[in-house]
Amino acid sequence: MDVGGVSSTSSSFLGMGDYGEEPHVLAVDDNLIDRKLVEKLLKNSSCKVTTAENGLRALEYLGLRDDQQNTLNGSGLKVNMIITDYCMPGMTGYELLKKIKESSILKEVPVVIMSSENIPTRINKCLQEGAQMFMLKPLKQADVKKLRGQLMKHRN
Amino acid sequence: MEVGQLQRKFVDYTASLFCEGFLDEQFTQLQQLQDESNPDFVVEVVSLFFEDTEKLLNDLTRALDQQSVDFKKVDAHVHQLKGSSSSIGAQRVRNACIAFRNFCEEQNTDACSKCLLQVKQEYSLVKNKLDTLFRLEQQIVEAGGAVPMVG
Repeated sequence: MDVGGVSSTSSSFLGMGDYGEEPHVLAVDDNLIDRKLVEKLLKNSSCKVTTAENGLRALEYLGLRDDQQNTLNGSGLKVNMIITDYCMPGMTGYELLKKIKESSILKEVPVVIMSSENIPTRINKCLQEGAQMFMLKPLKQADVKKLRGQLMKHRN
Repeated sequence: MEVGQLQRKFVDYTASLFCEGFLDEQFTQLQQLQDESNPDFVVEVVSLFFEDTEKLLNDLTRALDQQSVDFKKVDAHVHQLKGSSSSIGAQRVRNACIAFRNFCEEQNTDACSKCLLQVKQEYSLVKNKLDTLFRLEQQIVEAGGAVPMVG
């Protein structure tokens, strides 16, 4: 359930028994419908999902907000991937990506950027800043399955 | 009406919605996401869309009614609506939003007002269609049948 801030729901679908626990994905999007959609897509791909409605909330969850101590107490270490919308009020997905890549603890966590707009300069900018992948919205099940495949390779 | 008839009606109605461009393949994606763990997924997401859209349309009406229109704000609202309509497959609403955004860029109040009207009309149409579709589904289930997968 998403109650405006940050929320976590566990997937009951255990499809990847060989790998033990399911990957935990933090999904960031200011659009409520898109949040619900990406959560379902990820759960259908055997991921545990936490959603956040903006960059600031995401950073709080990860323990990366400016006024938080950069300790291991944040939830950051429990996140295997972050997927974020590009266009968000306040902090864009690009700015969020930068903050994550600047963090000594979280810079190795793959970050995927989503956008409804196919703008090559935007895509390149994100990839150059270290985004794992750029995905066009609306997301489809096939896109997320591909992402899941990449994630498994990344873990190994 | 017996189950078979209801199911045929449902299939035909769904097909017409795709044919007439009210829905696109993203709606099919939504239907395919529905499963036993989430049997009401489509209705839930679409209900959220209705709620969200109604709020956005109110915000847009207010924003365009101002003496001095804040086009950035208007564009931001339309961007949201374009996004959510796209995500659920409400193609005609999405297309109306695309046209709307162009006029926001031009800062053309008159054209924007016309676009808002258009978006409202398309939303009203698709809402009626989807409400009818969900009602049909309910009738099938109540008659003891399974809802056919159309896609």
